[in-house]
Amino acid sequence: MESTELDKAVSGEYALGFEIDIETDVAPPGLSEETIAFISKKKNEPDWMLELRLKAFHKWQTMSEPHWGKLEYEPIDYQSISYFAAPKQAPESLDEVDPKIIEAYKKLGIPLEEQKQLQGIAVDAVVDSVSVTTTYSEELSKHGVIFCSISDAIRDYPELVKKYMFSVVPMTDNYFATLNSAVFTDGTFVYIPKGVRCPMELSTYFRINALNTGQFERTLIIADEGSYVSYNEGCSAPTRDDHQLHAAVVELVTMRDAEIKYSTIQNWYPGDETGKGGIYNFVTKRGLCKGDNSKISWTQVETGSAITWKYPSCILKGDNSVGEFYSVAVTTLAQQADTGTKMIHLGKNTSSTIISKGISAMKGQNTYRGLVKIGANATNARNYSECDSLLIGSNCGAHTFPYLESKDTQGQVEHEATTSKISDEQLFYLRQRGINEEDAVSMIVHGFCKEVFSQLPMEYAVEAKALLELTLEGSVG
Amino acid sequence: MITLDIQNLEAKIGEKQILKGLNLQLEEGKVHAIMGPNGAGKSTLSKAIVGHYDVSIVGGDILFKGKSIKDMEPEERAKEGIFLSFQNPVEVPGVNNAYFLRTALNAKRVHEGKEELNAAEFLRLMKSHLSELGMKPDMISRSLNEGFSGGEKKRNEILQMLILEPDVIILDEIDSGLDIDALRAVSEGINKMKDGKRSFLVITHYSRILDYIEPDYIHVLKDGQIVKTAGAELVAQLEEEGYDSIAIEQ
Repeated sequence: MESTELDKAVSGEYALGFEIDIETDVAPPGLSEETIAFISKKKNEPDWMLELRLKAFHKWQTMSEPHWGKLEYEPIDYQSISYFAAPKQAPESLDEVDPKIIEAYKKLGIPLEEQKQLQGIAVDAVVDSVSVTTTYSEELSKHGVIFCSISDAIRDYPELVKKYMFSVVPMTDNYFATLNSAVFTDGTFVYIPKGVRCPMELSTYFRINALNTGQFERTLIIADEGSYVSYNEGCSAPTRDDHQLHAAVVELVTMRDAEIKYSTIQNWYPGDETGKGGIYNFVTKRGLCKGDNSKISWTQVETGSAITWKYPSCILKGDNSVGEFYSVAVTTLAQQADTGTKMIHLGKNTSSTIISKGISAMKGQNTYRGLVKIGANATNARNYSECDSLLIGSNCGAHTFPYLESKDTQGQVEHEATTSKISDEQLFYLRQRGINEEDAVSMIVHGFCKEVFSQLPMEYAVEAKALLELTLEGSVG
Repeated sequence: MITLDIQNLEAKIGEKQILKGLNLQLEEGKVHAIMGPNGAGKSTLSKAIVGHYDVSIVGGDILFKGKSIKDMEPEERAKEGIFLSFQNPVEVPGVNNAYFLRTALNAKRVHEGKEELNAAEFLRLMKSHLSELGMKPDMISRSLNEGFSGGEKKRNEILQMLILEPDVIILDEIDSGLDIDALRAVSEGINKMKDGKRSFLVITHYSRILDYIEPDYIHVLKDGQIVKTAGAELVAQLEEEGYDSIAIEQ
């Protein structure tokens, strides 16, 4: 088939590229101790937090940006970025949230007004560096569930924050995580008490809005013994010619018999087909299965960003603990993704599953990078990995780098990898039955992603499918 | 009445000319069998009719119900009512068989100005045909052709044909790889579709299938042309004397 036709079919317009027209408080560009003190002050943080931030900053100054990813991008000038931006009016309650923000969130499909809030889904809405509102907080507190912005948690639940923040992703884990530790602005904090099954889906929607700012959010979720929570995050950003940096950290902790299901639909602005604009997405996500029989499951659908560098991982410390990673990563236009996971088996009878689906179109480059590590005491550890790549057209690329380190000889590790092109034969078969080309491409791609989409909560699976269609088909504007 | 009218068709695969001025007319309600040695151009002919990307038409024309279709997209030809049963149906992982088939049927129905079938209506239709073909109910939920045996794939082609109700049916080596039971089921499906209106083009290397689907005409395709057209009695002659005897006649 003509590759230009295919390109047309896979260069969907970015539908969420609008800008929210609000007045914003923006810190002047640049990163220094003063900047960090400014952020900390803006957030009314206790001194201990500021000290931790400065410690991270000093460490970061001695580190250098990692370049082992299969990614090519212009150097990031950390002094030209603004590290704090917030809508000017700080709302005390939902009534005070700028109507333009409420309107914008409505456009994103997330009504924040009380009477219209999504049934069964509590939302933390973050614009640039601050959380503007959190829905259903009171309802959740009846069950003992804490669902608030990380800024509130630092003030209101310092003991929990002190105990668990940096416990999974150490402050100086890597360059971007260390930067985040110094300058993180907002994000979500969740605590599920013992034995509680969180009565609704929790979610955070991150919106980058201001020009020339970075977003550095930090999320911490703790599931105490025997509890369960399903958490979802979504994100988007306006269409801009400059690159914007997003460097987030997510830490998850599950105690004995607890489970966290973490789903992401990442739709940051991808830039254009020449590589102009788009978000640089450097994210550290890690979960610790601390207690026996606990489980952490990551599901991600990555369709946005110019650059994605992200490896949601599980440390399987508790005996019989389970880690899962389900991923669909799409790169079209000039997008590049280097993504995968690390499954670190430390406890006995631990098991992990990795299902990774990479889709590349146009000039997109898609890399799976995964590590399965089996420690000396992790007897009877099991891993199953499946990494499939789908190429659409002939100018894109797919790469797979699976790493295995095993100190236990009895562990079971299975790895399967396939790379396939949307074959002309498949496309023709569907068209011969009367299905038009665009629908046929979309049908094949959906079929390819099925195993991952089936892991998403229903509402999000529908959204993910629609998003994939939008990204790859260009038929909906 | 002529349904499909192939006029002086010249077609290439890559740089190689395969069809060299082929003429063929399919009559309404008739079964036409195309027989010929390997490499004669049988598969190229079926591909040319459905608009396969391998084939470029460099001369002549293909008329369907009096209208030229040679520049139409494959999906448009399909919606007009041309169906090809593939020799090797491709596997499409993760695409639910029922969902695929309902999408195809509804595309055709919309094209014909009819209402789309909803999931429940479609399932009823699909189930009734499944049992006729001796197919298992799990064909509804399995992925399209994925992990199907040769026989299952061919039955699935016939299932699609029964559901889509095309006007011209091209069967490309439908009997290859079928055991006797599957062959019987497939033939029954095909014979059920004979309604005095539909035309069939049965492309085959062996005469076995013609014991089950009685042809009205036999066309011998050699070196890119139809070199002989006769009644069903020609099958016996071909069996006995082979394709070379036809060349001598010419």
